[in-house]
Amino acid sequence: MTTDKSYEAVVMGVSAGGLHALETVLPQLPADFSLPVMIVQHRTRTSDDFLLRFLDELCLLRIVEAEDKVGVQKGYIYLAPPGYHLQVEMDRSLSLSVDPPVNWSRPSVDVLFETAADVYRDKLVGVVLTGANRDGSAGLARIKQLGGLGVIQDPETAEAPQMPQGAIDVAGGDRILSLVRIGQFLATLKNEGRRRF
Amino acid sequence: MKFNDIDTENIEIELLLEAIYQKYDYDFRGYSRASIKRRLKRRLSLSGHATLTDMQREVLYDPDFFHVLLQDLSINVTEMFRDPSFYKAVREVVLPLLAEREIIKIWHAGCSSGEEVYSIAILLQELGLYGKSLIYATDFDETILSKAKEGIYPVDLLQAYTRNYRDSGGVGSFADYYSARYELVLMDKALKENIVFSNHNLVTDGVFGEMDLVFCRNVLIYFKRELQDRVFRLFKESLCTGGFLCLGTKETVRISQYTGTFADVVKKEKIYRKN
Ligand SMILES: C[S@@+](CC[C@H](N)C(=O)[O-])C[C@H]1O[C@@H](n2cnc3c(N)ncnc32)[C@H](O)[C@@H]1O
Repeated sequence: MTTDKSYEAVVMGVSAGGLHALETVLPQLPADFSLPVMIVQHRTRTSDDFLLRFLDELCLLRIVEAEDKVGVQKGYIYLAPPGYHLQVEMDRSLSLSVDPPVNWSRPSVDVLFETAADVYRDKLVGVVLTGANRDGSAGLARIKQLGGLGVIQDPETAEAPQMPQGAIDVAGGDRILSLVRIGQFLATLKNEGRRRF
Repeated sequence: MKFNDIDTENIEIELLLEAIYQKYDYDFRGYSRASIKRRLKRRLSLSGHATLTDMQREVLYDPDFFHVLLQDLSINVTEMFRDPSFYKAVREVVLPLLAEREIIKIWHAGCSSGEEVYSIAILLQELGLYGKSLIYATDFDETILSKAKEGIYPVDLLQAYTRNYRDSGGVGSFADYYSARYELVLMDKALKENIVFSNHNLVTDGVFGEMDLVFCRNVLIYFKRELQDRVFRLFKESLCTGGFLCLGTKETVRISQYTGTFADVVKKEKIYRKN
């Protein structure tokens, strides 16, 4: 179930059922995990920082709300703030926008995935978890088109199967796994940097 | 091969922004690219052109097409009393500190279709400060500016705005501030009396007056850091000592070289005061 290839970043999209999904997957990432993780979780505009504090308690990595114009660093999990799209810029910094919703969502998984794909290309891992809409399918297709890896929650195991099923239909998954196994798999990922020879 | 396409497209974007600047004087070169790229590619797919290079030709030779593109690039998304807790802080903290001024000069930079401007006008009225306020509302997008002047909005948004208004500590009846007609509402004329709408580009235009209060919300997230610095300098030069600067909830002066110029007033709401 492991992979030999070196990757540089993980992007993750999750909607309905997200709290349980994230609390299962993220704590499995080791403290020395060498890839930054960026997450879009759909939630209401008015949600407070409960999710952040809750996950930070459980995780070995630091989980923070993504801030505009801040460079992406390993050791961090970045969560898109409610009401803003999260994007990755070519210089590997994050940016936020209030562009119109995409797939009725802001933040939108597609926006994060598509902008990250242009930057990390075949060194990107896209993860689509439980959700009751189809956000993330187009973004994952783009990641896979550029040679990145698609990891999708097995819809049979998802609280809301539409989002992972949509990703399977549109993009196809390289790994289709339960939440526990997704955590285990991600934990094996490594960023070996650029080869010397 | 695909990577080559991405790199080529990134070059095309740089060239197109340069072309727009040289031909039309609109300078997007300091804007963050991820959002720009999505807008351009959306227009590209609607235009029927195969590449941005093909589209650039139409941009250069057809001013009407450029104006369509300008609409795409100026993200006019806005609402009334967006972030109610912010307006609450303006009502309870900022405006009381300005209440003793003989005249209160306010600048809304990047005011879009005006929802934010009318929100503040309502606040000023409820605090009895409107009569001595002078509000400059500016944007670089002429089309959206004329919408702001009209102050006409779709009625279906009103429910959300009314809720925002109440959550922000509104004490009156929101319905007093507009008249409804079929699918539209028209903002009360009295709210417009002291508002001056005008065209101003934050990238290329300068100071035009000394302000007590500047609002610039959800504009700076579209700018790269260097351009943000230019705009912070503009605000520094536009504000009187002790004047207030209000940014969007996810914007900050703290990563700028002008961080030392501004003290926190309400940190969480990104309300600052010029030292
Ligand atoms: C996302 S809207 C924010 C509107 C409002 N301030 C709010 O927070 O709801 C951004 C606005 O900034 C304007 N804008 C973008 N670049 C500008 C510039 N260089 N100079 C002036 N206005 C600009 C756009 O036309 C748009 O109306």
